[in-house]
Parts: sequence; structure tokens; C-alpha cells
Amino acid sequence: MVRIFAHAKYDFIGFRGKAIRATIALFLVGMVALIVRGVNYSVEFTGGTLMRIAVTGPAVAPEALRAGLKQVGLGDAEITPFGQNQYLIRAPNSIGKDPDNTSVTGAAIGKALDQVIGAGKWRLDGTHSVGPKVGGDLRIKAFLAIFLSFFAVLAYLAIRFEWRFGLAAVVATFHDIVLTICFIAVIKLEVSLVVVAAVLSMVGYSLNDTIVIFDRVRENMRKNRRDQLVSVLNQSINETLPRSVLTHATALATLTALAIFGGPVIRPFALVMFFGVFTGTFSSVFIAAPVLLIIETKWPGMDGRGVKVGATKGATVRTRPA
Amino acid sequence: MLSTIRNRMILIGLMIAGSIIYLFPSNQTVRERNAQGVMHDTTERRVPIKYGLDLQGGMHLALTLDTSSVKSTDFKGDIDKALTVLRKRIDEFGVSEPLIQKVGSDQIVVELPGLSDPARARAVVESNAKLEFRIADKTAGLEASLPLMDNELRRLGVKSNGAAPSAKGVAALLTGDTTRKGAADSAKSRGDSAGTRILGDLVHPASEVGFTPMPGEYAVLETAYLRTDSLLHVPAVRRLWPRGVELFWANGQPQSVGTQQWRLLYALADKSIVDGTHLTDATAQIDPVTQARTVNFTLDRAGGRVFGAETGRHVGDYMAIMLSGKVEGRPPVIQSRIDQHGQIELGNRSLAEANDLALTLKAGALPVPLKIIEDFQVGASLGQDSIRGGITAGVVGAILVVLIMIGYYRGAGVLAVVALGLYVLFTLAGLAALKATLTLPGLAGLVLSVGIAVDANVLIFERIREELIAGRSVRLAVEEGFKHAMNAIIDSNVSTVLTALFLFQFGTGPVKGFAVTLIMGIAASMVTAVFVTKTFFLLWLERRPTATTLSI
Repeated sequence: MVRIFAHAKYDFIGFRGKAIRATIALFLVGMVALIVRGVNYSVEFTGGTLMRIAVTGPAVAPEALRAGLKQVGLGDAEITPFGQNQYLIRAPNSIGKDPDNTSVTGAAIGKALDQVIGAGKWRLDGTHSVGPKVGGDLRIKAFLAIFLSFFAVLAYLAIRFEWRFGLAAVVATFHDIVLTICFIAVIKLEVSLVVVAAVLSMVGYSLNDTIVIFDRVRENMRKNRRDQLVSVLNQSINETLPRSVLTHATALATLTALAIFGGPVIRPFALVMFFGVFTGTFSSVFIAAPVLLIIETKWPGMDGRGVKVGATKGATVRTRPA
Repeated sequence: MLSTIRNRMILIGLMIAGSIIYLFPSNQTVRERNAQGVMHDTTERRVPIKYGLDLQGGMHLALTLDTSSVKSTDFKGDIDKALTVLRKRIDEFGVSEPLIQKVGSDQIVVELPGLSDPARARAVVESNAKLEFRIADKTAGLEASLPLMDNELRRLGVKSNGAAPSAKGVAALLTGDTTRKGAADSAKSRGDSAGTRILGDLVHPASEVGFTPMPGEYAVLETAYLRTDSLLHVPAVRRLWPRGVELFWANGQPQSVGTQQWRLLYALADKSIVDGTHLTDATAQIDPVTQARTVNFTLDRAGGRVFGAETGRHVGDYMAIMLSGKVEGRPPVIQSRIDQHGQIELGNRSLAEANDLALTLKAGALPVPLKIIEDFQVGASLGQDSIRGGITAGVVGAILVVLIMIGYYRGAGVLAVVALGLYVLFTLAGLAALKATLTLPGLAGLVLSVGIAVDANVLIFERIREELIAGRSVRLAVEEGFKHAMNAIIDSNVSTVLTALFLFQFGTGPVKGFAVTLIMGIAASMVTAVFVTKTFFLLWLERRPTATTLSI
């Protein structure tokens, strides 16, 4: 039997102070990035036109494309070359009287490309053009999706676990969302709906991790009523350590494959989830468990009943009625 | 029923058989239009999983009423009318499984998967296909108005674009085309007294630049087309248009004379003699003599009466056939009175285009023009690349997961890998059974879920190990392991399903596909990890009732 961390007895809870300082440092870096650079939203949210084209004739310089776009009134278009002779063109829907009428910008870009590259010498691989109305609707929807799923999960936790556990899990989840947003800001990732989906999946994954540990905590609290909560928490984390390592390893393996082979749409998703695996693991151990400790110390609960919470040796041991 | 191993094996066998039946390549009917524009159904054999637009290529459009030119008095009613018109048009357009639906109260979503010609589809959707007939202006009123318009423009501070005429002069010298040289000269001689000309330099009677003479026809250099159009529509200039006359551009590509590309502009009566609401039928045809593409139409009785009277009165005049505010072809002379039956000549344009025109005319005009407020298109080659990338990522990821699981859990790892294989099979079969759509994010979700689905197995295996270390017998350890791991497995899956449900509710197409795959994957992983793996263990224990060690 290959075993890792077979009899691990790390003092995770004792390490919480340093861990929280690390999290705060990361948070500050992220906030600076967020304030200085802001969030880079995709055209889905901001409105605008994104075109992906491939030049099938002789190569063209990006400067020539830029000049051509300027002629049709799209001087502020961004041109990103990628692959072989392929370009991403992102332009605001600024020409024409009605920014909601997305046909105008697409037609103008097409005209510019016909002039610079030549008609029939380029191929349109994909286009996404969004008017401000649709973009605004989507922003609201994305916000609602994050907000409501957060509360739905909260409600579920409240039913399955008692509120002390639920609250601790929610604090950890909140920590994950905030740190992931910081991560997105630091690496300048473009926020598309796929990235929102990744954030939500990350929330599910991180919560999953917290639940596995809390499940063990609940069990150990009942089993070892004489132990201090700190040691119950440490024991539970250590016992679930092999599972955590294995699960995270397999998740990271598939995410690495997705990041490498998945292409430009999927890569942001993989990156966010990749970060999510780490922050989720971190928060389960160093945020959820310590927060549970604090809550149980102040308001000892049903599952904690009988456990010597935060008390010193020799204090009275409450026992569960038979 | 699930208690005996035999029954469990039968159930697993049935699930596998069912999945294979759902995934077995079958004949799918695909409705297409061939190169000649004739609709026909073809069948092709493929795995019956529906690919999303982002994987198979295609077009997604969100439309709403464009009230900038035509006001809508009954917004809701007009949306419903537009929906009916679009349905009629797209049903005949010829794509397989188009989706046309109302979203919210003010949007129409059109999805055309596997579309090969997006420009044509856009034209069919956007075209309000308003058919009108107008008589061309004989009074040369526009020539007279141009100097007045230029005065107004100068007053507004608009500068003439000096480069244009000189370039034209050079071109005329180079080609040695005397008619055009003459045109430039005669253009210069008009309205000089009032200073520099602006529109006077841009708009020329078409006969002066080499077109066969026809009243009310003007030519503008293609390069000056947009500038001229915007200048003509400056409100102060718009007021100076000749009385009873409206200006319209010709549809389609610019016309070339020598090396110059000209865009034709028509001065037409401001009222149409009859319009497309009186149309009862339209068919595309090829003229047997000239091979020109034509659309033959039939008007109803009332329309035919008005049309007959008006054309009878205007014999010898030119009549423009207008579609959606643009003049279709060069206006023909009215030879004699025309009643219920008429013909629109499309010259050398393709039969497909003629078909599109016939079908849009027949489906009726949109009450109010539509504008595309979201346009999402994926080319077929990009979709192919995405599928290939997704599959590569899936294979590489799966190999890594298999290595990790077998390397760590040995025998039990093999069971987990078999279960994982079934997991992928069940998820795909579930997608096929529900006719759900596999999108690119969905494909990524499927790949990722291979890495996450093993979590249930890992939880169970770790628990079994703990029980074994605690000194339990193999049989008891397996029982306890599954029992204790259940709580954690259910809790974590429910929380994931909850987030997926909200994504499904609020997401757009591709992300919706992700949510569906996620939910399907969770259901499948519960079945495989809990039921299938346990059956494997029970089977193994039955074969070796006295086993004291477990390869885990």
C-alpha cells in the first residue's frame, strides 16, 4: 500500500496566524492591482465587437490593419496577433448612431479588412458583437448567478450542518471569491462569462473540500468528546490529508491538460480553477477551521457539546445526555 | 433488489447497454439547400450528441425592433409579428434545427447551427424585404438643388474634399476616356459662381459619367459614397431635397465604368405606387432566354388594380423596383400597363440570392425593421479546432488521472478507472438522452469532472484504508468505508448542483451547456462511484470470501 501522510500530525491550527497574514498580503496585492488596473471585462459584458480572423493570403502587418481600421473610424480597436497569421480584433461599437445595432461595427471592420488584406484573402473564424443593452443584461445575470448561488449554498449548509459550521464554510467561501478576484486582477485575465462560470465552479470545489473536513470534524467531535476542539480540528485535517492530496492532484492534472490544450476560450477557465484548487484547499484548512474554532468557543453548539471548547485541562466536561 | 450482486451486475449491464444504444451512431436528418438553391433532406450517420454553436460552428443572433426610422405603436404586437415572419423565412432558408424564440418581452433569438454562409443568413434575418415601386423623377430637380445644398453646407462650415476631383481628372487622362473627361469638365462648370462645390463635386448625373441616359439617375464615386450619404442626410440639406422627390441608393455592388467604381443614386417620387403588402406569391426563376435570375410575383386584386392604373398612366416613364429602401437593378421603362403579375430582374446574381428574395417577399415584410443587438458567430474550422483541443486535453488529463489512481491505489485504482470510464460513458449518454447540447465550456467541464469525479472514489478508498488500519476485516472495512464516505459525497455534490442550477438559469448558451454537463456529470459520478465501484468490491469479496488483504 502506497501511503502518503499516513500518520500526519501537523499542527495546522497553530499555524493559522501566519496563514492569515499570508492571505492578507495576497489580498492587498490584489486590491492594488484591482484599483490601479481595474477589471478587464470581455465584450460580453462591456458591449463591443470581437472578431477572430485568419489571413489566408500573404501576411499583413498589424500596423497596416490598425491603419485600415482607423480609416473606417475604429482607431481605438485593439489588434492582437496570435498563432499563424491570425488576429483578434476588439473594437467598441462606437460608430453609427445606435450602439445597440451591432451590424454597423462588424460591417465596418469587414470593409477595413477587405481594403487592407483584400476581399476573399481572409477568413472570419468567429465574431462576438454585443450591444450595450445585452451586455448590461448579462452583467446583472452574472451578478445574480454568483449572489443567489452563494445564498442557496448557505441555505443548504444551514440545513445539513448547524449554523456554526455553515457560517465558517461561508466565511471560507467568501475568502475564496475575494482572493480569486484578486488573482484575476493580478494576472490581468479578461473576465468573460466562462470566467464567471469558473469562479462558481471554484466555489463548489472549495466548499466540497471544506465539507469533507467538517464532516470529519463533526464525526470526531462525537467520537472523542474529551479532546479539545483544537486537537479535534487538527486531527480531522490530518486524517483527510491523503484524500485532499489525491483529489487535488487529479483535479490539477486535468486542469493542466485543459490549460495547455484547451485553446483560448478554455484557458482562462482552467487558470481560475487552478488557482481555485489552491485557495480552496488553503481556506478549508486555515480559514474555515479556525473560524469554526472561534465560533464554537463563543457559542458552543450541539455537535460541539461535550467537547472541551477552548477550556484548559481539568475544566468540567459536559456530556451528552444518554 | 439491489442486494444481490447478480441484480447489481444486471443493472450495470443494462445501464451500459442503454448508454451504448443512446450513443450509437444513427441516421440524422439534415435539411439543406444545395448549390442550385433547392431544399432537400439528407441523412448522415453520426453520434447523436448535439454540439453547441461554439463547437459545430454557426450563428446566434439576438434581435430587437429598430425604431430609429419607423416608430412602433404596438411594441409587443410587432415583436410577435416579427417572430412569425422570421419563422416563415428561416423555415425555408434551409438549416437543420434552427431555433427562433422570443426572449423576455423585447428580444428575439435566432440560432442557426452549422451555418456555412453567415452573410446570407444575416441578410435574410435583417432584411425587412419591403417591396415598393416608385416612378423616377423626370424634372432633373436634384441638379437644380445641388448649389443650394452646397450653400447650406458651406454655411455649416463643411469643407469640400479637394482631392477627389483632381484624382478623377488624372484617372480620366490616364484612361483617355473622353466621356468622363467631359463629365469632369461639365461638373466643374456647374454652380461655380457661389464658390467651392461640395455635393456638386460628388454627385453627377449618371449619363455624364458614361451610363446610358435615364432621368433621375446620378452617380457617386464609390470612395465618396459614405461621405455623400451623410452629407445628403444633414437635416438642413435634407430640407432642400426637390419637392416631391426622395433620394435612394442602388442596392448591391458598385458599377464600374472603365477604372472607376460608381455608386448609383436615384431621385424617385416620394410616394410608392404600390407596395409588398399586396403581394400574394413570389418565385425565383431563371429567364430561359437571357439566363438572368428573376423573381416573379403576383399581386392581389386590389393591388393589381392600382398597379395597372398607375403603370398605364406612366407608360414611357422609368419605374424603380425597391427593396427595403434600396433600388433593385436599374429601373426599367414601363412599356405598357402592368396588372397583377410582374417580374423583378436580378441580372447575374446567384439563384440562391433570388430564392432568398422570393422567400423573404413571400414571408411578408417585417412590421418594423429589426436590428441585431448581439451577434455570435463561430466558423466551422474554429469549432473543429475546439473539439480537437478539448479531446486532446481530455485524453491527456484522463491518462494522468489513471496514472495517479493506479499508482496510488493499485487494484482498487483499477476499479476506480473502470468506474471512471463508465462515468464518461454515462455522462455522454445522459446528454444524448436529454438532447442536451455539448458546448465548449461543457467539454471543458467534462474533462475537469474526470479529475473531480474520482474524489468520491478517493473518499471511499481512504475510508476503507482507515478501517483496515484500525484492524477491521476486509469485508467490514469495505462496508464501513462506503457507509461513512456517503455523507461527504452527498453534501459536496449537492452544493455543486446548486451552483450549476444558477449558472443554468442565468448563463447564455455555452455556459448553459457547461451547467448541464456539470449536473449530468455529478449524477453519473454518484452512480459510478457509489453503486458501480461498490458492486466491483462485492464481486471481488464474493470470489475471495477469505481474503485478508485488499489491494488498495
